Amino acid sequence: MNESYTAFAYLIAAVLFILALRGLSHPTTSRRGNQMGIAGMAIAIVATFAHGGMSFGGVLIIVLGVAIGGTIGTIAALRIKMTALPQLVAAFHSLVGLAAVFVAASALNAPQSFGIGAPHHIHLESLIEMSLGLAIGAITFTGSLIAFAKLQALMSGTPIMFKGQHPLNLGLGVLIILLIILFVASGGSFVLFALIALTSLLLGLLLIIPIGGADMPVVVSMLNSYSGWAASGIGFTIGNLALIVTGALVGSSGAILSYIMCKGMNRSIINVIAGGFGATGEAAVSGPTGDKGVKIGSAADAAFIMKNASKVIVVPGYGMAVSQAQHALREMADTLKKDGVEVKYAIHPVAGRMPGHMNVLLAEANVPYDDVFELEEINNEFSTADVVYVIGANDVTNPAAKTDPQSPIYGMPILDVEKARTVLFVKRSMASGYSGVDNELFFRPNTMMLFGDAKKMTEEIVQGLAD
Amino acid sequence: MTPTDIASQAADLAHEAAILAQNAAGMAALAAQHAPPAAPFVYLFSIFVLAIFVGYYVVWNVTPALHSPLMAVTNAISSVIIVGAMLAAGLHGSAVAHVFGFLAVVLVSVNIFGGFVVTNRMLSMFRKKQ
Repeated sequence: MNESYTAFAYLIAAVLFILALRGLSHPTTSRRGNQMGIAGMAIAIVATFAHGGMSFGGVLIIVLGVAIGGTIGTIAALRIKMTALPQLVAAFHSLVGLAAVFVAASALNAPQSFGIGAPHHIHLESLIEMSLGLAIGAITFTGSLIAFAKLQALMSGTPIMFKGQHPLNLGLGVLIILLIILFVASGGSFVLFALIALTSLLLGLLLIIPIGGADMPVVVSMLNSYSGWAASGIGFTIGNLALIVTGALVGSSGAILSYIMCKGMNRSIINVIAGGFGATGEAAVSGPTGDKGVKIGSAADAAFIMKNASKVIVVPGYGMAVSQAQHALREMADTLKKDGVEVKYAIHPVAGRMPGHMNVLLAEANVPYDDVFELEEINNEFSTADVVYVIGANDVTNPAAKTDPQSPIYGMPILDVEKARTVLFVKRSMASGYSGVDNELFFRPNTMMLFGDAKKMTEEIVQGLAD
Repeated sequence: MTPTDIASQAADLAHEAAILAQNAAGMAALAAQHAPPAAPFVYLFSIFVLAIFVGYYVVWNVTPALHSPLMAVTNAISSVIIVGAMLAAGLHGSAVAHVFGFLAVVLVSVNIFGGFVVTNRMLSMFRKKQ
């Protein structure tokens, strides 16, 4: 195909990708958006097949690769439980990173295929772009693998810290830049290429190990952003418009999500990346905690209180996902609604293990999306609620974030659940949340603790409501 | 100086000029060989910067409820890197490039199919109040 036609096809693909993201502005247009994304990808792939010089054998190899990868991807996507979504996404990010490394390696080995020069005579610019794509891709790869391992509980979510960690990371970063300069000056030495790859792989690993499990929403968003920048780097290397535009879109999208997550915790991105949050020593909370009385209730008590309420707000957290309580929860809401009780859901931006995770889990349980509200939308309504049902959330409801400047979570925007007439708090034990901070809400007179598994407790309440 | 001398001097100069011209042509050809790719960097970089702004404004419009599907779909579309993988695997490059290209095609295909399918699964669950 004529080169300008191909370029035009890539442009259409890029526009379709923009429209795909645009579609996600509302649930009603979102499926259409996804289809636009698929169309864009199909166009980009077909345009590449039409590239002059593609041999028949080459086409076969590509089709085979797509068939293998496509089958694996489809099966994984169909089988994955929605609670495990964050680790699936982390795994997918790692693949983009590794693919960027492979494409950079191919470009170094066969530059003529990409129109960037001849072997050992690669354009200077292309060498710079290639090495950047390589470094970011490699960091994304190992970083995402660690994020995956932490989310999948293959390794502990507790931050791994050691002395000199940050200087070491900084040193590795500087080393990568030096190696890139040497690589470009050498005109594309394979040894230096491999050294850049290895150093970047190591840095990706070291960057993520100090970050705790509760900060994974930021990490996943950040790696999402990195995978975009890696794609852009490769796009510059091979001068492909679709890749450059898409990489920029994904890069800024991930950066925005990281920002929203950080804001949701009132922490800077630097603070999150530095890691160590919730590791040790942060449990020291001012104020007496030990002797205060806690009101403990049963499922029957909770059912009784809810039955007599006119407005119930549910605050779900990661604990709900862990015990798979979302279906029981929806059943509870349905029963209450039948009795004329108004039921709403309040979602904190950092609830769950990735941005929007709770919304997906509730949607999976058939909770209508217009019953689900974000923090800013619903925070004023807690004072008019008779009951707040906190299930699997903790830190995001802790009033210490507003009142105690000593608290590590001070300044974090929280759901004002304590303003409700009664707070029902489902928890397995009195243990503190990920931040390691005690929640003074437990000791308030209007709080009733419901100790037990989130799913079992909710099912018992449903039973209690039926009686 | 006789007219003949002038004529022969002119001829010499012309000859020299011809050689220089030939050299220049040779240099130009060499330079063309090593010239940057068709699209200059500045041009591509401008598109990149503008695309970042487009991404910025589009993504802020995404409703927070759909942040998970957003992440899955951006992950799927970043796999457009398959374009590079296909060129590596499909053109007469080198054996090494073919192998790396093929591996990259497999990896990003997992992503493309997995990303779009899981997004579709998520989005089909979001429903309005009856």
